[in-house]
Amino acid sequence: MSNSATNILNNPQSNQPFPSQDTDTDTVLEVRGLAKTFSVGHGFKRTEVNALRDVSFSLKKGRALALVGESGSGKSTVARVIMKMYEASAGEIKYAGESVLGKKSAAQMRAYRSAVQMVFQDPFGSLNPAHTIYHHIARPLLTHGHVTEKAQLKAAVFDVLNQVELNPEVTAYKYPHELSGGQRQRVALARTLAVAAKVVLADEPTSMLDVSIRIDVLNLLKRMKEDNGIAFLYITHDIATARYFAEDIAVMYQGQIIEWGTCGDVIDNPQHPYTKLLLSAVPNAGVRFDEINPQQAYYLDNAQMIRDVSGESSAEIQKISDNHFIRVQDFSVLDSPSATA
Amino acid sequence: MNTVETDANGTLDSVKDSSENILEVKNLCIDYLLNDGEFKAVNKVSFNIAKGEIFGLAGESGCGKSTIAFAINRLLQPPAYISGGEILLEGKNTLQMTDTELASLRWKKVSMVFQSAMNSLNPVITVAEQFRDMLHRHQGLNPQQSAHRAAQLLTLVGIDPNRLNDYPHQFSGGMRQRIVIAIGLALNPDLIVMDEPTTALDVVVQREILQKIYKLREQFGFSILFITHDLSLMTQFCDRIGVMYKGELVEVDSAENILHRPQHSYTQKLWSAIPTPFGDSVMSQYATAAKTEVTQ
Repeated sequence: MSNSATNILNNPQSNQPFPSQDTDTDTVLEVRGLAKTFSVGHGFKRTEVNALRDVSFSLKKGRALALVGESGSGKSTVARVIMKMYEASAGEIKYAGESVLGKKSAAQMRAYRSAVQMVFQDPFGSLNPAHTIYHHIARPLLTHGHVTEKAQLKAAVFDVLNQVELNPEVTAYKYPHELSGGQRQRVALARTLAVAAKVVLADEPTSMLDVSIRIDVLNLLKRMKEDNGIAFLYITHDIATARYFAEDIAVMYQGQIIEWGTCGDVIDNPQHPYTKLLLSAVPNAGVRFDEINPQQAYYLDNAQMIRDVSGESSAEIQKISDNHFIRVQDFSVLDSPSATA
Repeated sequence: MNTVETDANGTLDSVKDSSENILEVKNLCIDYLLNDGEFKAVNKVSFNIAKGEIFGLAGESGCGKSTIAFAINRLLQPPAYISGGEILLEGKNTLQMTDTELASLRWKKVSMVFQSAMNSLNPVITVAEQFRDMLHRHQGLNPQQSAHRAAQLLTLVGIDPNRLNDYPHQFSGGMRQRIVIAIGLALNPDLIVMDEPTTALDVVVQREILQKIYKLREQFGFSILFITHDLSLMTQFCDRIGVMYKGELVEVDSAENILHRPQHSYTQKLWSAIPTPFGDSVMSQYATAAKTEVTQ
């Protein structure tokens, strides 16, 4: 690393905010030093798996953070802990400055659920096949008290469907099986608009859709981000869509965020070996397989070694630039390929 | 043997003598019988694959690309049936072959790698046994010989041969897919049909496997029919690409031309929908073209 390296912190408990220290009012959801440990097996075979280690980031109004990594890296676990589907083992999650962990009253939970919503990968599994689309949108509107009079309900449902570019006259009275994958994903997004969510955790929302439909849904997400000021956590393995949709990116490997910063900084100037490996492997139109440069070839050839190194626990953070950080691990075993660019 | 290909085929084809082609698909039509009539899944598709060439078929789901892959090995199940056209493998029409002829041709001339490696391997037998049936039928090898051959093949795809006696569930998804590819290579086939072989895998693993196949192709000189919906990946891996839309092959050209000079409006529209991870975007280039297309 030739960049001016400054160790900011060695203490994992008080990790610096993402992407840099800021106390501005834009931060909606804050995650600090989050850890999650699962127990596997029984009796003497019981072992522990560290699904998340020291995960910190913040989500800001009208901004998207892309959480990228391979399967099993813990991306979805982050979302599930935030949604309180799993209990966190350590760390803190704050929504609007208040902790969301621990026991909460029903009213507190309802308030939290109306602010933080999740959209899943599979649009086929996330809608109730026995109910119409109208029902799917009307329920959250009523439950969260956005509509109190029945007379206004229809207009409110139609308005939400219009916002996600579904024709309400046609779609509202259909059942999920009558819709295409892209349309169903729009209904899932419409539900987050119906509860007036401030934060949306989108777990691979486009990976089951066809390329031509994917871009439309991404554009819809973009509009929700810009027009409604929703803070997004965009979980994906696809760097290309991450760059298209998100402002910030965090690369995750084996439960740790190993590099984070603005999309431009991280993707165009990756510093952590694992990020470099990941980016070497991303499909890049036009660059033939036999035309890869030596540096790229080095990372691909030593993939296993880089994985081993990147899996180590580390609390040492290095600042690359104002909006760009990496987690420092023992890179000495990797004899870096001659003079990094 | 045959006259020069005319219509849907790209410029490269017309230059080449047809005897250099391992596979020729001519006016292939495949229908699905439905309650109310027929659905044309593949409509008059023609293309050639030259010896040692990687040919890519791109398109959205439901456009008929997998149906073609299945037809080449004659693996289509009713209600699908081939309603017209020819599939010539080294000049012989596979559609008119008897079952025994076909059996001797599968694996040996044409092998196939499917998307889900999970379903391609038998979960209750070891890796060594997965190879045994095929090697016994085609080459009459006994279990020891076939295990020896299997060990060679595993080394080729980068898996430790000591793991021959492990079961499929003991391997990761990427390793399982590599085992399937090793089985596909076992009889030195002339053509390997790969239907979304790496779609379920992570990018790094995908890259490792495809890089391996790319090298093996240089070594053994087999041809590949590569099917995927990832157009960017295709331009890196394939020599020539055919783009399918609603059962028709709308454009066939070299990978470079498909990327830099796509002629058909559908190909251009497809590019306009694909974001790119690094700086210069192909997407923006066609964004305007696609918009005008929509308004027309």
